[in-house]
Amino acid sequence: MIDNCGHKVNMLCLLQGRLLSLLDDNTIHLWELAAGSPREVGGVKKEGVISLQEVDNYSLPGRPGIESCSATRVTVLLLLKSCELLCIGTEGGGVYFLELPHLLPKESQMLLQDQVTQSLPDNYRCGKSLGPVESLQEHPQQTGKILIGYSRGLVVLWDLSTRHADQLFLGKQQLESLIWERSGNLFVSSHNDGGYSVWAVTSGNACNHQPVSSTIPYGPFPCKAINKILWRTTQTGSPVMLYSGGMPRASYGDRHCLTIQQDKEHVTLDFTSRVIDFFTVHSIEQEKEFDDPSALVVLLEEELVVIDLQTPGWPSLPTPYLAPLHSSAITCSCHISSVPSKLWERLINAGKAQQGRQQMHRNWPICGGKNLAPPPKQQELLLTGHEDGTVHFWDASGVALTPVYKLSTANVFHTDCDPSDDPQDPSDDPDMQQQEEEWPPFRKVGCFDPYSDDPRLGIQKISLCKYSNKLVVAGTAGQVIVLGLSDEPSDHLVDVSVVDLLQDREGFTWKGHDKLEPRLKPAPFPPGFQPLVLVQCLPPASVTAVALHAEWNLISFGTSHGFGLFDYHRRNAVLARCTLHPNDSLAMEGPLSRVKSLKKSLRQSFRRIRKSRVSGKKRTISTPTSKVQEANAALAEQEEVAPVQRRIEPRSADDSLSGVVRCLCFADTFLRDGTHHGPTLWAGTNSGSVYTYALEVPGVGSGRVCERGGTNESNLCVEAVLGKEIQLMHRAPVVSICVLDGRGKPLPDPYEASQDLAITPDMTSAHSVLIASEEQLKVFSLPKVSAKTKFKLTAHEGCRVRKVALVVFSSTAQEDYNEHTLVCLTNLGDMHLFNIPGLRPQVRYDCIRKEDISGIASCVFTKNGQGFYLISPSEYERFSLSAKVLTEPLCSIQLDRPLEPSPASDGTMTQPQANGTHKNQMGQAEGQTEEVPSTLSSPILDTPLDSPLSCADLTLGSTGELTVEDVRDFLTTVDEAENNLKNIKEEEGRSPGILIN
Amino acid sequence: MQRNQRPECSTQIDVCVRCHLQFEAEYRRFALKRNGPGGFQEFYRLLQTIHRIPGVDVLLGYADVHGDLLPINNDDNFHKAVSSANPLLRIIITKKEDDPVVFATNSLQRRKKGLGLTGLRTTGSGSTHSKNKSGLMIGLPQNFRQISSIIDVDILPETHRRVRLHKHGTHKPLGFYIRDGVSVRVTPQGVEKVPGVFISRLVRGGLAENTGLLGVNDEILEVNGIDVAGKSLDQVTDMMVANSHNLIVTVKPANQRNNVVHRGSKSSVGNSGSVGSAGSTGSALLHDSPSPASQSNPITASTAEGDSDDEDDDADLILENDCLTPYDSHRVANSNSTNLNRDSPSNRPHNFAVGRPFPQSVSLPNSIGASLSDSSVMMSNHNGNPSHTASSSQESMREDGNTITL
Repeated sequence: MIDNCGHKVNMLCLLQGRLLSLLDDNTIHLWELAAGSPREVGGVKKEGVISLQEVDNYSLPGRPGIESCSATRVTVLLLLKSCELLCIGTEGGGVYFLELPHLLPKESQMLLQDQVTQSLPDNYRCGKSLGPVESLQEHPQQTGKILIGYSRGLVVLWDLSTRHADQLFLGKQQLESLIWERSGNLFVSSHNDGGYSVWAVTSGNACNHQPVSSTIPYGPFPCKAINKILWRTTQTGSPVMLYSGGMPRASYGDRHCLTIQQDKEHVTLDFTSRVIDFFTVHSIEQEKEFDDPSALVVLLEEELVVIDLQTPGWPSLPTPYLAPLHSSAITCSCHISSVPSKLWERLINAGKAQQGRQQMHRNWPICGGKNLAPPPKQQELLLTGHEDGTVHFWDASGVALTPVYKLSTANVFHTDCDPSDDPQDPSDDPDMQQQEEEWPPFRKVGCFDPYSDDPRLGIQKISLCKYSNKLVVAGTAGQVIVLGLSDEPSDHLVDVSVVDLLQDREGFTWKGHDKLEPRLKPAPFPPGFQPLVLVQCLPPASVTAVALHAEWNLISFGTSHGFGLFDYHRRNAVLARCTLHPNDSLAMEGPLSRVKSLKKSLRQSFRRIRKSRVSGKKRTISTPTSKVQEANAALAEQEEVAPVQRRIEPRSADDSLSGVVRCLCFADTFLRDGTHHGPTLWAGTNSGSVYTYALEVPGVGSGRVCERGGTNESNLCVEAVLGKEIQLMHRAPVVSICVLDGRGKPLPDPYEASQDLAITPDMTSAHSVLIASEEQLKVFSLPKVSAKTKFKLTAHEGCRVRKVALVVFSSTAQEDYNEHTLVCLTNLGDMHLFNIPGLRPQVRYDCIRKEDISGIASCVFTKNGQGFYLISPSEYERFSLSAKVLTEPLCSIQLDRPLEPSPASDGTMTQPQANGTHKNQMGQAEGQTEEVPSTLSSPILDTPLDSPLSCADLTLGSTGELTVEDVRDFLTTVDEAENNLKNIKEEEGRSPGILIN
Repeated sequence: MQRNQRPECSTQIDVCVRCHLQFEAEYRRFALKRNGPGGFQEFYRLLQTIHRIPGVDVLLGYADVHGDLLPINNDDNFHKAVSSANPLLRIIITKKEDDPVVFATNSLQRRKKGLGLTGLRTTGSGSTHSKNKSGLMIGLPQNFRQISSIIDVDILPETHRRVRLHKHGTHKPLGFYIRDGVSVRVTPQGVEKVPGVFISRLVRGGLAENTGLLGVNDEILEVNGIDVAGKSLDQVTDMMVANSHNLIVTVKPANQRNNVVHRGSKSSVGNSGSVGSAGSTGSALLHDSPSPASQSNPITASTAEGDSDDEDDDADLILENDCLTPYDSHRVANSNSTNLNRDSPSNRPHNFAVGRPFPQSVSLPNSIGASLSDSSVMMSNHNGNPSHTASSSQESMREDGNTITL
């Protein structure tokens, strides 16, 4: 996580709606919720929004410039329960104290290592330093006493009021972490060698040489360090011990493990990504005698896992809002707005059936606040395609993306994995496969799985017809699968049809990967979307474009070699057209060449992992703080820039991959002449060619069938006749094609017109077609294709079109007024809006950083002016270009202190309402505090880590014309944070800073 | 029928029509209203009627006051022709399949001598124009193509140069690279360093090097009228590539010694002042002929933006499938014929269309073919005797030469 200064945030603690963060540069920042002044948006007075603002910061004095090795580098923070004092452990072994809430240093309290060393027995001192402070823990019962653990092994029980070491524990083993037992009678230390020790705290014994017990759980061979240990007492019996790490170095040193142990019960949770931190949800009321942990929350680098500790067997709890988007890498996405309730219900049911086995008996243990957002007016779906061949359906109606349903396409094919093994459910009850003999008793937990079995399964394009419930999914190996929704499980064989797109062109041999072998035996398909037909393109190059017209029962698909048209109702291929340029040799290589496929895909996987590891936030890099840095950056920039040259040449026809089909589109329009309209197919390629076909679909079209007369309709099949070929002179790749009706409005989706779901298109006056290439937007008249209007975006702005969408903007002032607008996302990450068909530029916004190529590539628009893009492999950012359609978090937080700017109420409870989203400059770093601290160094974080995720949506700004909001999986909704706070408020008014530990 | 209108005298002009068919020469003389001559199409059909050659494609040319043979192929130059008649207007009609007439300055003067034409009343300016020098040749309308040149000399500061690079018909690359750099500007606040984009390298044999219009380290200020200040190298690259069909760059030359000196507006008619692909340096030429503002030269007439919409608007190639039977065959026949009228001169198979399985009509309004480019080479050849040039296009030039002697 990187804040607006470009520094990593190392730890966070939350107190009373305030937030403390320690940054990479060794500074401590205090953030506070503050109410903004009320503002007016579109004539509507809105309440002031709450945003998180920095109120103070502090940095320990140290030699400047070499912060990293300075003795005052902060290693650990502890916030006392009273919330009045912050203890800071440092690398040099000193402990410093800051008074809150104003971060005032308490010089008198400062504890340097010398003071401790003096009281040490000589034989322990042996002239060496005690090392950095590794852990600080407050005494659970007696206020004013803290346990200080030094790296060398020494643990000191320090009395803050008397400034005197109550007890010394002379540990010999390098210390990693400390944890108190609830009673305060003993504490546990975990060590570098993979062991832990239990120490008794008995008063009167100033010097303790030996722990009560010492264990190396995964010994006797050398083990890795136990980074963090928790010790929780239970009413029913022996305490629960939870610790991360400690695995035998040689055999399992590379695993990311967390062990839960109680008596004989022992489970080693085996995660796919690094454990950053974990805590338990347990009773924190002082009166209670036991901790009684109810849940374990583990923050991993790639996901959040919650384990139910009350249910025998410790199953994992499905997260209601933090499901990882990228269980397998996201390869494409698709948004469906206003999903019909019928489809919605069936999807929900299919999803429930999938989860059935692991259906949760328990409620989500982290309780949030109140969600004040009104129920969404319409249901929205976000479909994400993944590298492992799955399509995830997410409920995108609100602020958080929640999983609805998951579809796997792998079982259509014969893959290496056992066919009887249901590949679509890795989270299948894990204990079943548990082998008793295995030691340690591993259990796979979490669904992040970056390693795809077969990269050819990857989903490239998705198209869903929400009225007919037909879904088309196309993948990396040229597979196009048509699926239909069914509520019953089925066991059937999928029809396979092969379409050769090369059309016996001579001299081309495909050197890329093989096609996937379809399964020859009937396969079981669970309720949900079930495959009907598999169309296999040959050569099996990745599918680059797909179009579905469910009303005509047609699908069209394109690869780098050509495009095809398939009638899935009659199961016959209508058309195959090769778009290859004779000089195009690269198209034959394929993205995954057979030879290097494994190596390459592995490399890609690693790269992805590395990327996500570095992850943090890709936010705008703002000015570095120090002058030296600035100068250096400027120097480096100059040095870097000098050798860069760009050749200026027009595009030539024989650029490689010129035949790649970039877009496909069905339209009922005038292609033959100005009086008769009928089905048409449009295809645009990478080299600026557009092919149009007039289709004859039996039963569709204006009287054409009748003219022929006499023919039995059942014998008729769909025909395609080449109509026109348009070669754009500038030869830029065609990004999008859209037919506009006589009023200049885009044609409605299939079924919308026939079922009165949309205004019927104007078929009386002349249609036109909008062709957007990477360089220009152009409107041509139909049926005679002549240019009407155009806008040369690249020639004027120097930016290239990446994504284009026609969206409807509704007026905020007038209920029934709306305008169709062309939204254009460029390679510079900005949004250009144009009216249609005039193509006059309306407005321009910066949106995505231009360096964020994957963000730009992943952007999808909704039909009403919103959009999503990936800001990291696992997080979607949601933005709105529309003033009318906003998806904003609305929630309340209860604090027991008044918000600064607002007039103090009774001083006990104000209820600020957070609404709205970031104030504009999309993508600009405002979210200093929003994300999970992905680079948290877990062992040192002994501070009460109260759900670092809870502060998420509190960064709220005003609503501009263009708003952004995040929909990222690691975000909790504000309600959670709020409820947390509320709980504290209700449960233990005395120590409101600590939520769950 | 038009002859009947002749008595309404002062509002009419006499028009002498000379028909140049391959096997016969016919002359017609008729009257036309000067202030309401109608459109070109109308006139074209009228001529076809008068000469009883309906359906024969012809080219029209007229003799202007200077004795130059200029084309009539649209409303504008038709009106110009009518207005320039004093009062007689001589129109020459050539069958389209013929060897193209070369429109050239002074071409009619020589013809006049040889053929003893009576219809043309030459005015003084035309005849005084360089009798000893052979005139410049002007190609057919479709032969007009834009070539690389320095433009807008009169409106730019002397330190800047606006260059138009055209690669129509040539297979030469534009042939230059650009880079980021730092430019020093003098501002009221003092000297200021700002990032700029510069030409980093020229490709040997490329258009930029051959024409000598751009040089290494020239700073790029504008691309097709758009200021590049604040734009990244990639943006400027994309702008240039997107404009590459008609690239106009305004540069601040690194070598300021070759700057164009603005010598007032003495315009010498017929001197194009442009640099063809023949390899002479533009700046040197422009010293001789400042502000080339001859009316007949489309190069100088174009705007700095170079974004005249008609220029490449219809540039997209549209292939129509005639197999795609329309419901109403009459309609299509109609549309085909209008199509033909509109962009007929360039009806020529395009390599894109090769191998299409269906019959097609190609509308390719301003794609200028390789054969046409040959005559443009000749355009830059000032001595008017193309057979002397050791050019690869000797064949077509000889044909041109033949036409001249007609």
